[in-house]
Amino acid sequence: MSAGYNFAYLDEQTKRMIRRAILKGIAIPGHQVPFGSREMPLPYGWGTGGIQVTAAVLGPDDVLKVIDQGADDTTNAVSIRRFFARTAGVRTTTRTGEATIIQTRHRIPETALREDQVIVYQVPQPEPMSRLEPSRAETKRMHALAEYGPMHVKLYEDITRFGHVATSYDFPVMVNERYLMSPSPIPAFDNPKLDRMPALQLFGAGREKRIYAIPPYTAVRSLDFEDHPFQPRRATADCALCGASESYLDEVVTDDRGTRMFVCSDTDFCEGRRGE
Amino acid sequence: MSEQAMLTASGLGLQFGPVTALDDVGVELWPGEVLAIVGESGSGKTTLLNVLAGRVKPDTGRIEYRDPAGGAHDLLAMGAPALRALHRSDWGFVQQNPRDALRMRVSAGGNVGERLMAAGARHYGSIREIAADWLAQVEIDPARMDDLPATFSGGMLQRLQIARTLVTHPRLVFMDEPTGGLDVSVQARLLDLIRTLVARLGIAVVLVTHDIAVARLLAGRMVVMQRGRVVETGLTDQVLEDPQHPYTQLLVSSVLQA
Amino acid sequence: MRRLEATGLEKAFVLHLQGGVRIPVLDGVDCALEAGRCTVLAGPSGAGKSTLMRALYGSYRVDGGAIRVWHRGAWVDIAGGDPRLVLEVRRETLGYVSQFLRVVPRVSALQIVAEAADGDQERAEALLLRLNIPRRLHGLPPATFSGGEQQRVNLARGFIGGHPVLLLDEPTASLDAENRDVVIGLIAEAKARGAALAGIFHDGAVREAVADSVLTIAPIREAA
Repeated sequence: MSAGYNFAYLDEQTKRMIRRAILKGIAIPGHQVPFGSREMPLPYGWGTGGIQVTAAVLGPDDVLKVIDQGADDTTNAVSIRRFFARTAGVRTTTRTGEATIIQTRHRIPETALREDQVIVYQVPQPEPMSRLEPSRAETKRMHALAEYGPMHVKLYEDITRFGHVATSYDFPVMVNERYLMSPSPIPAFDNPKLDRMPALQLFGAGREKRIYAIPPYTAVRSLDFEDHPFQPRRATADCALCGASESYLDEVVTDDRGTRMFVCSDTDFCEGRRGE
Repeated sequence: MSEQAMLTASGLGLQFGPVTALDDVGVELWPGEVLAIVGESGSGKTTLLNVLAGRVKPDTGRIEYRDPAGGAHDLLAMGAPALRALHRSDWGFVQQNPRDALRMRVSAGGNVGERLMAAGARHYGSIREIAADWLAQVEIDPARMDDLPATFSGGMLQRLQIARTLVTHPRLVFMDEPTGGLDVSVQARLLDLIRTLVARLGIAVVLVTHDIAVARLLAGRMVVMQRGRVVETGLTDQVLEDPQHPYTQLLVSSVLQA
Repeated sequence: MRRLEATGLEKAFVLHLQGGVRIPVLDGVDCALEAGRCTVLAGPSGAGKSTLMRALYGSYRVDGGAIRVWHRGAWVDIAGGDPRLVLEVRRETLGYVSQFLRVVPRVSALQIVAEAADGDQERAEALLLRLNIPRRLHGLPPATFSGGEQQRVNLARGFIGGHPVLLLDEPTASLDAENRDVVIGLIAEAKARGAALAGIFHDGAVREAVADSVLTIAPIREAA
């Protein structure tokens, strides 16, 4: 652990402030809580929100896993994992089953999470209606009054124009049948995992300065119509490496003649199946 | 007359700085009746409409609304959530410029269906059916339900706004110069539509207009305003054929006969 | 039996645009209408016949007096001007055929008459035909009709409602002899079903044919 830094980089008062926001978020599932987002040693858009949440809940006995688009070995995942190793000295891992805290960008691990785990999502835009309603004051009012008509109008328009809802990631959900929430840019395929997850789910948006949360075993429903029910989509292929037919796949272009292969996005899951 | 008034306003007063917008104004509205508020620019008629609809708060006065169950509500003491809920279900507001009320980048069907979806409708097929039916009722070809309103004419936009407002069968609709700015032939069509829909659905309407002919056609009762005060009120034909107040006499005599 | 009883009606017009000049027209006028009978309002032009008729209908406000109408099994006074009461009385009890048809754009002649008959298009069509409005005109808005045709649409609308009290203001003014006779027939039928009528007729022959009593309105003599 590097000298000169408080445990997990943030000072204790900041952590308290963030924890208070987290507690509020847990008390009101899906509701966005403003917080005093701090200057972090990386720019906005690189996970500052997620890092602050992780830093606030991290303890010396925790085991941390960090993934980016499902992979432990991309640049960002590696950097953030190393950041916490240096500033907190905690054990890190790539195995989902071994982690107590998982910070993620844009995916939920394939391996089901447990009650003793916490998953922290990096969120770019916490407001699910940001593209429908430019005024933040108005979206605040809409959340307060549970007036979500425009969001259903957007889904209606998609079905009218494309025959199906055209949102394939960051698909809006109703949390606890009360708040409309952005689950962060995870693929729509991952949305069902949010519903009644045994683990605590925390969401941090550093640039927008919002924290929200879903307590364990909370009902989370993806928006749909009765006659156009929500359908998670994945590529119709099996993983070229491990043969999995149910996991979310990345499409990898292997040469410049258009050859491509599909592999599990979740690297740990794929390796586990291959017995590595 | 044992029926109770749906909306009762009394003593309404509102100042915009030195300007008196409303001065001791009282108005009553019964279920199913059309009331016209007539006056020239600066008369306070639009301000009165906005105050009655709860969009603007008066300095003084009281407004009471009776819901279908007979319960009385003090509108000025009502919180924003309750007022917004009222506007979503029982009430409607037709704006003078339909572009202010419609979502111009949402299809016609989506615009009509929005209030249904806001009220909890979750079946795509039925929402579409109801929207198509309403478009036909306001004489817009249902085949255009997936078109964007940006491609519609002024008269069509106004009819679309009316469909969008009436789709949830409100009991009370506020209309602010619904035919303002439209060509005469377009106006005629719109007025006929409003007349038939209102009569058929038994909707109570508070209608603001500067056009006496519109008031005569649509309203059973009318209120004449001048400089923030109500100068005359009564049966539409009586006020227009036997005006008592000097200002009303001036207004009526000023109308050009075709 | 009596269906309408107006007593002590007073009305003056105050023309604010002409310096507030006051023109008295009705000065203590009484008028009673009996079921099955037609009362003709007579008097020179400008005496106040039309004013009286409009006052009875509620289109003109009276300054004094009472207008009692037998409505829903009780006497109600509509002189007070409660607008909703007047509208209800007009819907159910008191009908009026004015001199001019107020033309509504886009509404066809048939619709105008049917609206007054609870939407009964068959009856409306029959009455229009009886008043010699040919079928080809039924679907057209009356805006382009001749004065006589418009008046006949007006008459159809007025008579089809079956009101117990019917006020007729110059109903035959723009009609030829044939249609005049139709109107006389309609009046007779109305009387037969028990309606109480009041009418202003400039045509002596029609007056003779329908009058059961005459109420003469004398013009108010101007102060010297």
